[in-house]
Amino acid sequence: MKNIVLAAGFLAFGGGAFAQDIPKADPATVEKYVQSIWSKASPEWQARVKLDETQRICSETNNTPSQAQFEAIIAREKASVAYPADGNVMGDWKRGMVVAQRGTGGQFSDAPGTYQGGNCFACHELTKEEVSYGTLGPSLLGYGKNRKFDPAEAKAAFAKIYNPHVVFPCSQMPRFGHTKFLTEEQIKDAVALLFSPDSPVNK
Amino acid sequence: MKRLSVAILATAIGFGAAGIALGQSESEKEIERYREMINDPMANPGYLWVDKGEALWSEKRGSKAASLEVCNLGKGAGKLEGAFAEMPRYFADADRVMDLEQRLLWCMDKIQGVDTADVVKRRFGGPGVESDMQALVAFIANKSNGMSYKLPLAHAKEQEMLSVGKALFDRRAGQMDFSCATCHADEGKRIRLQGLPDFSKPGKEAKATMDSWPTYRVSQSQLRTMQHRLWDCYRQMRHPVPEYGSDGITALTSYLVKMAEGGEINVPSIKR
Repeated sequence: MKNIVLAAGFLAFGGGAFAQDIPKADPATVEKYVQSIWSKASPEWQARVKLDETQRICSETNNTPSQAQFEAIIAREKASVAYPADGNVMGDWKRGMVVAQRGTGGQFSDAPGTYQGGNCFACHELTKEEVSYGTLGPSLLGYGKNRKFDPAEAKAAFAKIYNPHVVFPCSQMPRFGHTKFLTEEQIKDAVALLFSPDSPVNK
Repeated sequence: MKRLSVAILATAIGFGAAGIALGQSESEKEIERYREMINDPMANPGYLWVDKGEALWSEKRGSKAASLEVCNLGKGAGKLEGAFAEMPRYFADADRVMDLEQRLLWCMDKIQGVDTADVVKRRFGGPGVESDMQALVAFIANKSNGMSYKLPLAHAKEQEMLSVGKALFDRRAGQMDFSCATCHADEGKRIRLQGLPDFSKPGKEAKATMDSWPTYRVSQSQLRTMQHRLWDCYRQMRHPVPEYGSDGITALTSYLVKMAEGGEINVPSIKR
């Protein structure tokens, strides 16, 4: 039966095809294939490629959740954000520059204990000096200055780095705090990079 | 001759590095210039793998002391012309859809009685490691030069592969929530200064990429196949080590091949 449905879909697919015309696979079937790719990975690594609810919705909707899913994601992800106990979201911008420049950590080729960086420059323009920046994310040049160094905006930036889905459900950006890829200290340092008036981001 | 091409490559690498110091469009132009400079089949070390693959194809090996020459890659026993351009495909004898690597491993096992665990262990060449698979894939893919990819879709299992491949392309997982689409679903995007081909739709970027793999990677001094490229993508995506020749990788390959239909295969190419 399933094959018949698939075949019917493919009739329409035909020649000059677009990716969106490819009939959707049954999610349970997809997960069987997922198992085939990582069947020999350690249990710890296998756990990393199991989908949580937000990943599942963003994957299946191609990052365009319905209104109800959109709201559910915000509510769920908001609950994960832990602000610093003393309320201070600003660390050291110079250390924040290290967080932004370094992209190591978390890869299967990394030695245990490898420094985990935020790799902000991989996707964002941040300073005028650094010309080797990516364009997957928006430019953050003048980020704090453009927000008048408003402490409420700095707090919002902390939340965005911690878990961008609280602001943009199905954002492409990693949930650096939620997944504990970055420490609270590193996120504070990244916020300082964005919001310190001395930071090259605001020069 | 070899020394001369090494000297040319060294100069070219120098150009590549200089490009980074320049502005983005300037560096893109320099990278393009560099690619043109090294795109010379007579100076492309990737053809050493093609030659080695040719020898491996006809060599009697394994417990059955047989060669691969009767292996059917979809176009008939031993017929290599155009086979790579129409894979992954369904094989009735195995009742499975296979990409070229899976099919070669199947033939080694069934026809030659070769220990495929050892072959898979040496799947990626490096210092002190000679890869049979890289050589065989280079040799066979090269026999589709001048042709376009055409993904067979007559069989329901081939259709399932393509649908699953698309889903895997979009599947966000791991510590970074990355999918293939995170980086490869838009035109003209970059990581740092590295351009990212768009595979979210059929088109020139998908064609240009798939039409030039397998490729000789100057930075790795190795002929690399798409299996290695996807292994490296999953590494950068903070996913676990993907299983070589797994059905999931084949599904993804079906999807990429579909997006790349209509171009012209020219392999092995040479890349940074």
